[in-house]
Amino acid sequence: MGFAQFAFTVFAVATVIWGLGVIFARNPVHSVLCLIMAFISTAGLFVLIGAEYLAFLLVVVYVGAVAVLFLFVVMMLDVDFAELRAGYAKYLPIGIVVAVALIVEIGFIVLSWGGSAEDGIARAASDGGPNNAEQLGMVLYTEYVHFFQIAGLVLLVAMIGAILLTFRERRGIKTQDVGAQVGRKREEGVEVVSVPTGKGI
Amino acid sequence: MIALEHYLLVGGMLFAIGVAGIFLNRKNVIIILMSIELMLLAVNINFVAFSMYLDDIRGQVFAFMILTVAAAEAAIGLAILVAFFRKRGDISVETANTMKN
Repeated sequence: MGFAQFAFTVFAVATVIWGLGVIFARNPVHSVLCLIMAFISTAGLFVLIGAEYLAFLLVVVYVGAVAVLFLFVVMMLDVDFAELRAGYAKYLPIGIVVAVALIVEIGFIVLSWGGSAEDGIARAASDGGPNNAEQLGMVLYTEYVHFFQIAGLVLLVAMIGAILLTFRERRGIKTQDVGAQVGRKREEGVEVVSVPTGKGI
Repeated sequence: MIALEHYLLVGGMLFAIGVAGIFLNRKNVIIILMSIELMLLAVNINFVAFSMYLDDIRGQVFAFMILTVAAAEAAIGLAILVAFFRKRGDISVETANTMKN
């Protein structure tokens, strides 16, 4: 067993175990932390077959943004999570049945496919050509440039949507009214007073 | 050399874990969202494995798009969750029937 095989085993087992941690943890904060570890293990799996760019994207975007967003929301919402776990035991059998059925089906498909177990996954980076990020950039900015821009639009719409959904107009607080400030006339603000000498106003 | 099947099995197991998570935690929206993230991650594993197996970088472009959509989905989902919590004071899915009828 070579080092790659050993590393694959470690990362694969870690990914599955942390994934199980996500759905079985009692505390949602622990679930989020398990999710982060599952993402990092998957990034390890990606590095192992030479998809370095996606691995780092996974760490930066998922661990750095999405998982931390989850963490924020879980910690900000004042919810009794123990109450939400009611009925957990009731759904446990059907959940396990569905999961096992799904695994068996996928396993059948994968294992009956055949004819590929001999030739493993090629490492594209090992042949001295352009590395993974360069290869991805070459097609992403040429052939798939419209998809790339649409992806940017999706993110923009998601950002605007998230801001709009959580925007709350609070009343009864003092804020700057730019319209009133700009629309003010000179007559309202300035008063010319002719002061008689020696008397004051 | 790592065979393609190994990666596909890891992806399949992760996907099944995500499905089971939705069944088990059907009251807790946060865990459901995390299960969806797990399933998208499993799909990404499949895409990347096939991309490397077929030596075609386009599979990774697809995985990139899925990553984008997953990030947008998580942001919108959590925003809806926060708005829902503000309105209702809890996040239980089972009592969410305001839009019924």
